[in-house]
Amino acid sequence: MTTKEILSDDYSKYDFKDSTDTYVYKGKKGLSTEIVEEISERKNEPEWLRKFRLRSYAHFLKRPMPNWGGNLSRIDFDEIYYYAKPSENSAKTWDEVPENIRNTFDRLGIPEAEKKFLAGVGAQYESEVVYHSLAKELEEKGVIFTDPDTAFREYPDIFRKYFATVIPPEDNKFSALNSAVFSGGSFIYVPKGVKVEMPLQAYFRINAQNIGQFERTLIIADEDSEVHYIEGCTAPVYSSESLHSAVVELIAMKGAHLRYTTIQNWSKDVYNLVTKRAYAYENANVEWIDANIGSRLTMKYPSIYLLGRGAKAETISVAYAGKGQHQDAGAKMVHLAPDTTSRITSKSVSKDGGRTSYRGQLHVGKGASNVKSYVRCDALLLDEESKTDTYPYIEVGEDSATITHEATVGKIGEDQIFYLMSRGLTEVDAFNMIVMGFLEPFTKELPMVYAVEMNRLLQLEMEGSVG
Amino acid sequence: MTSYLQIQDLHVSIEGKQILKGLDLNIRQGEIHALMGPNGSGKSTLANTLMGHPRYKIEKGNILLNGESLLDLSPDKRARKGLFLAFQYPVTVSGLSISSFLRNAYNAVRQNEHGEKKKPPSYLEFKRELSEKLKLLEMDETFVTRYLNEGFSGGEKKRAEILQMAMLKPSIAILDETDSGLDIDALRVVADGVNKLAGQEIGIAIITHYQRILRYIQPHHVHVMVDGRIVRSGGSELARQLEEKGYGWIKDDKGET
Repeated sequence: MTTKEILSDDYSKYDFKDSTDTYVYKGKKGLSTEIVEEISERKNEPEWLRKFRLRSYAHFLKRPMPNWGGNLSRIDFDEIYYYAKPSENSAKTWDEVPENIRNTFDRLGIPEAEKKFLAGVGAQYESEVVYHSLAKELEEKGVIFTDPDTAFREYPDIFRKYFATVIPPEDNKFSALNSAVFSGGSFIYVPKGVKVEMPLQAYFRINAQNIGQFERTLIIADEDSEVHYIEGCTAPVYSSESLHSAVVELIAMKGAHLRYTTIQNWSKDVYNLVTKRAYAYENANVEWIDANIGSRLTMKYPSIYLLGRGAKAETISVAYAGKGQHQDAGAKMVHLAPDTTSRITSKSVSKDGGRTSYRGQLHVGKGASNVKSYVRCDALLLDEESKTDTYPYIEVGEDSATITHEATVGKIGEDQIFYLMSRGLTEVDAFNMIVMGFLEPFTKELPMVYAVEMNRLLQLEMEGSVG
Repeated sequence: MTSYLQIQDLHVSIEGKQILKGLDLNIRQGEIHALMGPNGSGKSTLANTLMGHPRYKIEKGNILLNGESLLDLSPDKRARKGLFLAFQYPVTVSGLSISSFLRNAYNAVRQNEHGEKKKPPSYLEFKRELSEKLKLLEMDETFVTRYLNEGFSGGEKKRAEILQMAMLKPSIAILDETDSGLDIDALRVVADGVNKLAGQEIGIAIITHYQRILRYIQPHHVHVMVDGRIVRSGGSELARQLEEKGYGWIKDDKGET
């Protein structure tokens, strides 16, 4: 038996489709000034936001496609639906959510998780957030957890103050696209000194074919506050491509602790092109915990700008590429203040011809003295056809910086399998345990239930053909 | 029923090179055998072949456990039939804790004890037994929270092997160079562990180059292996002769066993 027989894909749990007949609104296919205007109009946006969208769209048209990273040639911007509204309003109880959509989230286990261990939940379906909740005591402490539409209406000052300040539309082609057509996502504000003990979760679901999802998330953790945000995402399997292009901006004020966890499990026809960036001020601590399991192509490099003395940054990521998948992922750390530290741990697994690329940037600006940074990337190749590569970019403008970069590429050895099998474990279980062990530095960072779910997910993928 | 491992006229090659050239050996539950021989005599080939390593090719002969041939069985199936190999060089599995590894192995093997499929032992039963075995082997509870063989000293690796043997309760155990790379204290601890596990329930074959471990473990039978065959068998006095005279004199009067 060879490794490629052992690992197979099982996405059946997430592969179900709802009818789109009940949608309140579905825009025309393709992108134009009219579509951008229409989205803004439907959302009843103020003039500044409408102008922002149009400015972004103009930039999108001007900006060439990136010629690095993955193969983007199959994306046809004219074949995508940019806006689909499945229900009238964002509900506050699951009972108010239309039945078929509620069933979808039930099957994905969201309401159940909410009851057990979450402080708040946002559920997005196509372009809109259909459900939102936040624990009462957090609301009373002034925590805001809502979608951007509600945010610009109800909290215009704070929203406008920070929106698009971390990632301007002109940052790259896909941030321009998102800025032009964004809809849904999360807006979170945690007031000074408030510690949100349980995680807030958002779940993103694409349902229909050729839908583009362009959510926009902005999280502000005010001084000495603490919050952990988790996002998950899935879609049914189609034969044509969908596009997911999010923009996520994080701001961690002085002394704040902000953790952002993603478990990306899009179906294997989704292009996942996401811009994620965080600002970390004095003594703030920002962590990206990032798993990319699904999608055809992911290009995502969560970055952290360390702007205040003593700020800390960490990225721990896992990329898993099976047949036909390319995970081009990594991290960026930009040290612009003294005594800042960063750490990047990247783990990737490739099988059945899948490809993982680690693309990382480490920048130490002039004046940022005593920076410490540690980068470690480990790749595991499960067969001969699979590929992995590493593109580390390092620019250091200060002599006092301590930089460590380690990279390894490994295979599962015959002797490792033999050893575990000699203890009664089947070949599949042996594989499983080695892969799980390899990913342990990541999974141990997840809340218990997510770690269990993620291991289960990967184990499912490995059962398949040996049965 | 007493378990019984029979090795019959075993011929084994690796990458086209003949290593074992007609080896016969019988091991019963309750017996301790010492298999000694100079480097290159095929001792580790024998150990790996018994457990079913895919790199070793059996050209001729048979391996039977309780009368049933093991040749077509994968290593995990052999383990579930009660065979165990303590490795000379246990491999590292980063991120896999000993306790979670043992829990899985324990379920796989103990569920199939005596060839019948049983309900897997509960987590509590497992924990209780693990605590008992750790105590018996004078090992610390925190040992099992470490990743499998990662950063282990030579002695720790061998003790981890003995712990696995204790938990999996094999009927026949092969200990491949369990004494190599150990200082005298570590050797004593490991030998002590083996002695505690020995008894009517288990047949043990200790494969070793040196006889020093035999100062601590009393074998019932000693076999000398040279060039892929057993050339002499005897009682524990044979080990002492080897210590005094080395392997040279046996090589000289080959065949006279």
